[in-house]
Amino acid sequence: MANLKELSKKGKTLASGHRACAGCTFPIILRQVLAAADTPLVCGSATGCMEVTTTIFPYTSWKTPFIHSAFENAAATISGVEAAYSSLTRQGKYDKEVKFITFGGDGGTYDIGLQSLSGAMERGHNMLYVCYNNEAYMNTGIQRSSATPKGAETTTTPIGKARQGKQQYKKDLTAIMVAHNIPYVAQAAPSHWNDLITKVQKALAVDGPAFINVLMPCRLGWSFQPQYGMQMARDAVNSCYWPLYEVENGVYKINSKPKEKLPIAEFLKKQTKFRHMFKPGNEDKLADLQAEVDRRWEALLKREAMG
Amino acid sequence: MATDVKSKKDVEEKKEPGWKDLPIGGLIEKPGTSEAYKTGDWRTQRPVWDSEKCINCLICWIYCPDSAVIVEDGKVKGIDLDHCKGCGICAQECPPKCKAYTMVNESEFRGK
Repeated sequence: MANLKELSKKGKTLASGHRACAGCTFPIILRQVLAAADTPLVCGSATGCMEVTTTIFPYTSWKTPFIHSAFENAAATISGVEAAYSSLTRQGKYDKEVKFITFGGDGGTYDIGLQSLSGAMERGHNMLYVCYNNEAYMNTGIQRSSATPKGAETTTTPIGKARQGKQQYKKDLTAIMVAHNIPYVAQAAPSHWNDLITKVQKALAVDGPAFINVLMPCRLGWSFQPQYGMQMARDAVNSCYWPLYEVENGVYKINSKPKEKLPIAEFLKKQTKFRHMFKPGNEDKLADLQAEVDRRWEALLKREAMG
Repeated sequence: MATDVKSKKDVEEKKEPGWKDLPIGGLIEKPGTSEAYKTGDWRTQRPVWDSEKCINCLICWIYCPDSAVIVEDGKVKGIDLDHCKGCGICAQECPPKCKAYTMVNESEFRGK
């Protein structure tokens, strides 16, 4: 359980003056993740909005040691730092406790960085990987990624006569990470700050690799007014589109079960990238997406019941 | 106040550091230097915070993307207008029972 008054005593964990869009939600995720840690951190990041906006030379918004590596090797880089740290500790040359976190967007995690992430998790480094998932390559101008939901309009899946939006369902990366049998895997959203901070604290406490997939509403790519970022994340959770759950040593726990499931249409209609779904003749597309969300939610409930 | 330029040397001394003066590998040696970069001029709407209505729940602080809500000893002290980009998340997320924030067009403050 996190307490905002206690957390606020840590001061600014992320410096102001970064160049993210007004109303961007990754700095919110980043501030919550950094505030959760009680030990010194070493952070890394794949290429993406987070790296591009917070580390424009000669400015940096980071207050921890920070390493930027390429799109594909954020997990490999920080796993190397962790390996060096544990070697020095074993040799008795360093005795302070340090934790390692690396960040990647959905492009750098779901697509390009998947091999290095999978390798780092399999090798069992004591690190946390946080994916800030805005469901497309937003930094380069909104191209589809494997995290983009079915039907979403991007610049590479435009709305035309033959095809309308992305044709495939999104990949379930959290499930892939669960299949690595690592000690801690979770899905979170910045709107549920207490849940996210608790998850980061749990992830940092485990001995071994941990992965947290955080939904990040993108005001540019999803196209909504800047003040609604947290509302969008909340709707995603309440519609079961983005379930909040954690898997500790293979045991599933759902952290938020909406009393009344918000219809997916309520979540989608606020985003311009889904506007074609509400045109006459596209009712089946909406029903299809709702059915897929329901199917994944039911599957999750079954996994939780199995223990 | 402009100083008199007497020789070429006076100008050259004021030049920006060259590439040889940069740290190797483009390292940034101090933390949080972006504080010096003001993003407040991006703003089209300004959040006006009312200390009377505020219940210090700090929801605005945890949701502010620009770390622009100033908090001291667990209490909100105001908005850092040098860095606030005016997204309005604070006004949107402030609990409905207190509504301590109002968004006002930046043009209202012009010349003040």
